[in-house]
Amino acid sequence: MRSTASTLASASPRPGEPHAATTETADPARTARGRRIRSERLRIVMWGLPLVVFAVAAIAGPMIVEYDAVQVRTGDRLEAPGAKLRDGSRAWLGTDQVGQDLLAQVLQGARVSLLVGAATVALAGIIGLITGVVAGYFGGWLDTVLMRLADIQLAFPSILLAILIAAVLGPSVANVILTLALTRWVIFGRVARAATLATTEREFVTAARAIGASTPRLLVRHIVPSTLPPLIVIATVEVGLVIIAEASLSFLGLGSPPEQPSWGRVVANGRDYLATAWWISTMPGVALSLVVIGVGVFGDRLRDFLDPRS
Amino acid sequence: MGNYVLTRAGYSVFVLWGALTIIFIAIRIVPGDPASLMVGTSGTEEDVAALNRRLGLDDPLPTQYVQYLGDAVRLDFGESLWLNRPVGEEVAGRIAATSRLAAVAVVLALLVSFPLGMIAALKRRTPVDGAISIVSLIGQSVPSFWLGIMLILVFARQLRLLPSAGSQTWQHLVLPAITLALPLVGVLTRLVRSGMLDVLYEDYIRTARAKGLRPNVVLSRHALRNMLIPVITVVGLQIGNLLGGAVIVETVFGWPGIGRLLVDAIAKRDYPLVQAAILLITATFIAINLIVDLSYGYLDPRIRVR
Repeated sequence: MRSTASTLASASPRPGEPHAATTETADPARTARGRRIRSERLRIVMWGLPLVVFAVAAIAGPMIVEYDAVQVRTGDRLEAPGAKLRDGSRAWLGTDQVGQDLLAQVLQGARVSLLVGAATVALAGIIGLITGVVAGYFGGWLDTVLMRLADIQLAFPSILLAILIAAVLGPSVANVILTLALTRWVIFGRVARAATLATTEREFVTAARAIGASTPRLLVRHIVPSTLPPLIVIATVEVGLVIIAEASLSFLGLGSPPEQPSWGRVVANGRDYLATAWWISTMPGVALSLVVIGVGVFGDRLRDFLDPRS
Repeated sequence: MGNYVLTRAGYSVFVLWGALTIIFIAIRIVPGDPASLMVGTSGTEEDVAALNRRLGLDDPLPTQYVQYLGDAVRLDFGESLWLNRPVGEEVAGRIAATSRLAAVAVVLALLVSFPLGMIAALKRRTPVDGAISIVSLIGQSVPSFWLGIMLILVFARQLRLLPSAGSQTWQHLVLPAITLALPLVGVLTRLVRSGMLDVLYEDYIRTARAKGLRPNVVLSRHALRNMLIPVITVVGLQIGNLLGGAVIVETVFGWPGIGRLLVDAIAKRDYPLVQAAILLITATFIAINLIVDLSYGYLDPRIRVR
């Protein structure tokens, strides 16, 4: 019985379902479509390449270009990009007011941004997925309470709520992740709820229920998978917003702790040296903007790919 | 219509109550107690106890909550610990400065994004459309605190055209307003473009063209009016981001608004001031969304009838 239920479900058309192409290759009439989907998928991967570069730089960069928080080299302070330092090495992005290499700081900052971006979106996504599916599927007072809570939260400008919570918790990377997840889950919750409401009415769900699938099985095997494509699109958009939010909090001194260079903190640090050393504030911001633009472009392509109507 | 107004207004009051409660909880879950943080390491235990009494923090939580709601209704925000004067007085002047900045930014964003979005829609799938979409993506992606600093670097430090901080003259308004407007330009341009594309192929547009109306009239009387509702909704929702952005932009440009007051108050651990600033910004946002909701009835007669 159970296997019939899942066959029924997977046979129903679900746009953007990753397995769609592989199961259809057997039918000669559809191989052209399969090939087109594959080439589109390849193109999506290409648009994601800049983000892969960012992730590799964030993970491997700090291993190659070492950063030591307590090391102060006053002889090399405020050197311009490309300058030769006293120990013979080059500071490709210049140095700051205590002689720290900016490239090393930018790579450290990439790590913070990647970690906060990925962890926050994962956490907010899971909270939103659970609340959205539960609220949408069970309805009733639970739905009312959860969605009114979401409304109240949306009444705050989100960075404001983040500033409040971050100020209360104190500066640390873990606190930033918690703070931003608490302020961003609402959008995931709303989207998951809407997708759940739409899916619950679909025939394959009714069919699965009719042949006796249990509620947990319905939720996990049939409802949750259909909420994922819209959630993935939201997630890519949110990664960019979260990275900016983290940088903004760190810029205000409420994000990463002082000993951990992040893009926002280094930009803030360079504000006092704009007249003499423009590169301190400029370089991390260039990296930040490029990453967020990269995320935005990828998100747009992914949405077009997963949502054939647009 | 009267019913619609009442329901919406009642809902706004409910949301405001929820926001008040969240602020209350957030400030009181501070690990350790706020009084000792405010007094700092130099203070004695007597100082902490005195401050707790002064802030009413030694009362039981339900008592504090009732007191807090009562004060909020009477717009009595207590006294600032850092400035030693009533919070209400300080906040009033600051919100005026923020409103000035935000209003200029919204007008600027509308003036730029409407023409850009309409051009992009009319020249769909041409290089012009592509260029505009790149500009709007960049507008949405570049973080405002960095953009502000780059504008200061170029226009204040290098070219010496505009002042970098302060609020005395209209020149002081230029750079912060541009910084605050840019993300909104990005969002609105996209929205105006897709809104135009939605209405451009409607029957009534074809009719208007067929009966010989000039293209400008078709655009302004028929196309533009019908895409206003989604655009106004998003402008209303984006005001939240704008007010949040103002916190950052005011900090960068030393603009004496409520956002900078909030950041300073957080640095000084002045909780009455933090509470009042956040509450006021949130209340402003809720009020603007209420006005937006009510304006639908004016823009779309069908809603008035319902």
